[in-house]
Amino acid sequence: MAKHKTPLLDQLETGPWPSFVSDIKRQAEFRKANQDKIDYQIPVDVCEDLLGVLELSFVHRRTHWKHGGIVGVFGYGGGVIGRYCDQPEMFPGVAHFHTLRVNQPGGKFYTTEYLRQLCDLWDFRGSGITNMHGSTGDIIFLGTQTDQLEEIFYELTHTLNQDLGGSGSNLRTPSDCIGQARCEWSCYDTQALCYDLTQEYQDELHRPAFPYKFKFKFDGCPNCCVASIARADISFVGTWKDDIRIDQEAVAAYVGGEFPPNGGAHAGRDWGPFDIRKEVIDLCPTECMRYEDGKLEINTPECTRCMHCINVMPRALRVGDDRGCSLLVGAKAPILDGAQMSTLLVPFIKVEEPYDEIKEVIENIWDWWMEEGKNRERLGELMKRQGMQKLLEVTGIKADARHVQEPRTNPYIFWKEEEVEGGFDRDINEFRKYHQR
Amino acid sequence: MAFVSSGYNPDKPMEDRITDIGPRKYDEFYPPVIKKNKGKWLYHEILEPGVLVHVSETGDEVYTVRAGGCRLMSVEHIREICEIADKHCDGHVRFTTRNNIEFMVDSKDKVEPLKQDLLSRKQEGGCYKFPIGGTGAGVTNIVHTQGWIHCHTPATDASGPVKATMDVLFDDFTDMRLPAQLRVSLACCLNMCGAVHCSDIAILGYHRKVPMLDHEYLDKMCEIPLAIAACPTAAIKPAKVELEDGTKVKSVALNVPRCMFCGNCYTMCPAMPIVDDVGDCIVIMAGGKVSNRISAPKFSKVVVAYFPNEVPRWDQTTACVKKMVDVYAKEARKYERLGEWAERIGWERFFEKCELEFTHHLIDDFRDPAYFTWRQTTQFKF
Repeated sequence: MAKHKTPLLDQLETGPWPSFVSDIKRQAEFRKANQDKIDYQIPVDVCEDLLGVLELSFVHRRTHWKHGGIVGVFGYGGGVIGRYCDQPEMFPGVAHFHTLRVNQPGGKFYTTEYLRQLCDLWDFRGSGITNMHGSTGDIIFLGTQTDQLEEIFYELTHTLNQDLGGSGSNLRTPSDCIGQARCEWSCYDTQALCYDLTQEYQDELHRPAFPYKFKFKFDGCPNCCVASIARADISFVGTWKDDIRIDQEAVAAYVGGEFPPNGGAHAGRDWGPFDIRKEVIDLCPTECMRYEDGKLEINTPECTRCMHCINVMPRALRVGDDRGCSLLVGAKAPILDGAQMSTLLVPFIKVEEPYDEIKEVIENIWDWWMEEGKNRERLGELMKRQGMQKLLEVTGIKADARHVQEPRTNPYIFWKEEEVEGGFDRDINEFRKYHQR
Repeated sequence: MAFVSSGYNPDKPMEDRITDIGPRKYDEFYPPVIKKNKGKWLYHEILEPGVLVHVSETGDEVYTVRAGGCRLMSVEHIREICEIADKHCDGHVRFTTRNNIEFMVDSKDKVEPLKQDLLSRKQEGGCYKFPIGGTGAGVTNIVHTQGWIHCHTPATDASGPVKATMDVLFDDFTDMRLPAQLRVSLACCLNMCGAVHCSDIAILGYHRKVPMLDHEYLDKMCEIPLAIAACPTAAIKPAKVELEDGTKVKSVALNVPRCMFCGNCYTMCPAMPIVDDVGDCIVIMAGGKVSNRISAPKFSKVVVAYFPNEVPRWDQTTACVKKMVDVYAKEARKYERLGEWAERIGWERFFEKCELEFTHHLIDDFRDPAYFTWRQTTQFKF
């Protein structure tokens, strides 16, 4: 018999898609039965109370969680989100329901041995409910009590060799796409760079010293599977400079219908026979491709590496050999000043250990933002406030036509004194000799 | 329930303390076929919805079966994933950015038994535990936020509307009939933990009532200057308020027409609650993308200003999403993303085809960029 009746939530237990309600109920039953005689460190009925408070939210159509208090682990200013229920008498099992962010491994690869260790720890000291994974990328442990936080951190660091992720005004847990681990398009090793920078900037990740949050995201190619360009303060997007590698025999195989276009992605409908002119050549945004006499040609200098032709013919076309990444900066969601996409700052940078060139760009940006950024001002907003020119100045990067969509349409150039011959200091009396008042 | 110590000594927190070790290193967890072929992959192919093969220059192949998952997941469910991964994948598994679970095997003959196993597992109400799909020109899993399960500022739930929407879009999760991939995302307030602002279709929670002012407690619970500074439109100013019993307290006053309902003040000041059963609603956005393929990444645009929070299945919201997907499937050209299609036919035609009403709420009036979204040409369609 369930502790709370949940008639509204119960209606989410049908239909084909997995039901989170059924899953939480399963965990509630598991805890109640406790066949392994686990000495649960937070209330046994935590999952039942979680369903109870969620049902109440469905009835009221309002959340029943209060602001986080200041909770955390000693010496860190992030990684734990405090959360309290606003109906603790009705739902004592979730009266305190704090979250821990656990820094996920790159590419989100796991062994079952390690996943089970995480599960056992979270069963014993928390609700047994997780997010796999949170929006930023962390493993989320959803719901435990204050006195368990240090215990969990101790076991994570001592037994699991595992640290917490970021929250608050600090470097948020960096995350990456699957990259070269299982993708032929990745122009650099996203996991290696993500791991290296995460380790390098542990202090910035755990101890909030920034004006607001700061995100790194690593996409191996311009397809942007981790959405770095839309949500990272620095987006590392893989790219290349030389020719797309062409296998003409494979091109012919696509044209002849031997290989399915787009890696078989359109197999659910009959789109007719593959037409290389219509589906590739004519859709190329720069018109830099030609297909004549059974031969595909790409005019590399005109190519903007949009990935379309490569996506359509993965067996025939491969990214070039001179690979690296572009750095784009300043993306954010709408709060506060409207959404922003990342802006191109470094068109091409090699991605090679120990990544010193990349770290120099990062640290120059941080120096500026920490000096000039207002409380809760994201990098993109500071860029808007002080201008792209300022960003180029602090990073020591020369302006380039690649930095803009188009040049400015107003002539209101803020000339600096040192840019104008003779400076701004002029003699009014000398002027008046030739120009009467 | 007796407290069991991990070994941590609260009297000496620095004793044996381990900090700043970061995550586990990625290559500890690679399956052998991944470790061996990293950086050597030649090409991939989607063999059927949810099943991919990647072929390496070494001749090795890795077969991936992608299963949908709730990002809200119990440890018992994770243990079941482990059981499957032990049985079929030598103890390895991975998750995708969009909350899917990927089971990888190193030969084709292992795919069918794995698929059968995954599809045979159902929850008590009949839902699949591990639906297979989410690849190619179809709908993949919805990325989303916490909602009523854990967040203090949501204007809607997250897991509930996601479950309802994925039930409605299920056939497009298991099929690849669309002109291109279609990404649906949900954020339960405009803080948007996650990139819903660049999704083909975004479901967004939004408040529509100004915050209440708990004058008696405001100065005790909040730093008033922080609450004032938090407002992006400068709608909050300090005020002296006389309570019913005649006591004068320091509080704030609200310039109501300036409020954009972002809830940022509540984040800084809990004495300004903004949530409301009637005020809170769903906004639908469409036409965004993050990929640089063919056209540049785009923001999603608001196409429906308001649907009520209809528990438990958000019927109007899911019906609208389904309608847009179906019209897009029928009308767009091969490879065209939803936003590219809308731009080609014109947004006036998009509203007509999707049978959406255009209201004044959909015209941008937020700061300078708004001007550039108004029509400044005689080119339009009747």
